[in-house]
Amino acid sequence: MKKSGNTKNLIIFEIIIAFIFLIYLYPFLLILINSAKDSFAVTQSPLKAPENWSRIFVNIAKIWKDQNINYPSSFKSSVIITSISLISLNVFSSQAAWVLVRTKSKLSSAIFLMFVAAMVIPFQIVMVPLLSWFRNIDSVLGIKLLRTYGGIIFAYLGFGMSLTIFMFHGFIKAIPVSLEEAATIDGCSKPQIFYLIITPLLSPIHATVLILNGIWIWNDYLLPLMILGKGNKIQTFPLAVANFAGAYVKQWDLIMTAILMAIIPIIIFFLILQRYIIKGMTAGSIK
Amino acid sequence: MKKKHDLIFWLFLTPVLLAFLFVIVIPFAIGIFYSFTNWSASARMNNELQMVGLKNFVESFKDPTFSYSFQITIIYTVLNVAAINTIALLLALAVTSKLKFRNIYRVGFFIPNLIGGLILGYIWQFLFNNALPDLGETVPFLSGLADPDNLILSKIHTALGALVTVSTWQYAGYIMMIYIAAIEGIPQELQEAAKIDGANFLERFRAVTVPMIAQAFTVTLFLTLVNSFKQFDVNVSLTSGGPSTIFGGIPIFGTELLALNIYNTAFIANNLAEAQARAVVFFLVLVIISIIQVRINKKKEVEL
Repeated sequence: MKKSGNTKNLIIFEIIIAFIFLIYLYPFLLILINSAKDSFAVTQSPLKAPENWSRIFVNIAKIWKDQNINYPSSFKSSVIITSISLISLNVFSSQAAWVLVRTKSKLSSAIFLMFVAAMVIPFQIVMVPLLSWFRNIDSVLGIKLLRTYGGIIFAYLGFGMSLTIFMFHGFIKAIPVSLEEAATIDGCSKPQIFYLIITPLLSPIHATVLILNGIWIWNDYLLPLMILGKGNKIQTFPLAVANFAGAYVKQWDLIMTAILMAIIPIIIFFLILQRYIIKGMTAGSIK
Repeated sequence: MKKKHDLIFWLFLTPVLLAFLFVIVIPFAIGIFYSFTNWSASARMNNELQMVGLKNFVESFKDPTFSYSFQITIIYTVLNVAAINTIALLLALAVTSKLKFRNIYRVGFFIPNLIGGLILGYIWQFLFNNALPDLGETVPFLSGLADPDNLILSKIHTALGALVTVSTWQYAGYIMMIYIAAIEGIPQELQEAAKIDGANFLERFRAVTVPMIAQAFTVTLFLTLVNSFKQFDVNVSLTSGGPSTIFGGIPIFGTELLALNIYNTAFIANNLAEAQARAVVFFLVLVIISIIQVRINKKKEVEL
C-alpha cells in the first residue's frame, strides 16, 4: 500500500522536474527557432515556430561570410587560444605544484602562499596597467604581446596558474611519497619520476582543471578585449559576437544565428564528452 | 644530503614564476602606484607623472556613480548568492533522488554554464525585450507584459532582477555539481538510520544533509560571492548599465555594477588614474569579503 503511494509521488515529482527542465532549456529553443526567421518574423512573432526552416541556411551562410564575425577565422583563433593556454596551464602548473609539495622549505611554502594569495586579485586592478606594461615590453625588448597569440596565451597562464596550482597541490599532497622514493632507489631522475610515475596518477585532476579552465577561457570576454582589441585579425567568439551585435543592433534574426553558431561547437563538444566531464567536475570539486 | 632547491626545482617553477611576475605582480604593483598619480592627465598632456596623494580616492568617493555602483553591486551580490545557492541546492537534491532521467537533468541544468556571460546577456535581452512582450500579446492574463511601460529591462528594479535571473541561470548548474558531489559523499547508512528513526524529508535534510555538506557550503558561498561581486560580462550585454536614473543630483546608469563602473571610468571617461583607484578599493573589498567569509564558514563547519 505504502509502496504504491511512493511510486505515485515519484511520478508526480518526475513530471514536475521534467517540466522545470524544459523551461530551463527553453532559451536554447528560442535561439534555434529565431535563427530560422527573417528580420520581420523575428520581431513580429518571436515565439512561433518558423514558417520555413530552410531559412536557417540562408542566415548561417550570411553569418559565415560576415566580415564582423569572420566565423572560420574566429573559430580557429578560439581553438588555438583555448587549447594552447590549457596545455601550458596543465603542464606548467602540475610540475610547479609537484616541486612545491615535495620540497619542504620556507621558500617553497612562501612561493605557494604567494600564488594562493594572488587568487583574490581581481582582473580590474591589473587590466589597464597590463596594457601599458605590455606596450613597454614591446618598445624596449621588441616582444609583441598585444594583439598576438603569444601575448594572450601568456596572460592566460598568468591569470589561471594560481587556482590551477592550488588544485594540483591539494591532489598531489595525497599521493604517498614512498612511491617516489622507491623510484629514486631504482635510479629514476626527478623529471622521470614526475613524467612517468606522477603524471599518470594526476589524470583525474588534469581532467577537472581542463574543464574548469576550458569553460573560462573559451567564453572569456574582457581579457581578449584588452589584449587582442577590437577589429583585430585574431578574435575569439565572444569578441566576434559582441562586435557583430554592435554592428547589427536589433537585427535579432542574424544575432540569434550568430549566437547559435558560436555556442554550437562547445555544446557538441560537451555532449560528446559529458560523461567524463561531469565525472571530472564532481571528482575534483571536493578536496 | 641533497640540496633542497636543486636545478629541477627552479626549472619546473620558471614558467609559472615568469608568468606570475609579468602578468600579475608587475601590473599589480604598477596599478597600485598609478592610483596615487595623475596618470591619464600626464599621458594626454605629455607631462611628467605626478604624485597626487589620495586625490583619486577622494574624487571616486565624491562621484555619485561610484557610490551608487557600490550599493547596487552589494544588493546584486546578496540577491545573486541567495538565488544561485537556493536553486543549485534544490536542483542537486532533485537530481540525486531516484528520478528516472536524473542523469539527463544533470547534463541539461549544466549546459547554460558552458556559454559565456556575454552571449547569455544577448540571448536574454532578446527574451526580455521581444519574447516576453509577445507572450503578453498571446496569453490574455499576461497582457501586462505586452505594455511597453512594463519592459523588464526598462526599470531598475526589474532590470536588476533580470541580471540576477541570467546569472543564476548561468551559474546554478555549476554550483549544483558541487552540491551533487557533496550529497553523494554522504554515507547511505546515515540517511537510512534517520529514516528508520521516522525522520521525514525536511528533518533529514536539516539534520543529516546540511551538516554533512557543510564543507561544500564553504566552497559554493565563496565562489558565488566573489563571482557575483566581479560580474561584468552579463552586465555589458544585458543592460549595458541602463536604464538611467537620478542619483546624488545627476543622471547615472541604474544597473552599472562596480566592474563596469571601473571599465567605463577607464575607457569611456578616459580617467585611468581614477579607475585605478576604484580598482584598488574594489580589490580591498574583495580581500575583506574573502577573509570574513572563509572565517565564518570554518567556524560553522566545526560547530556543525
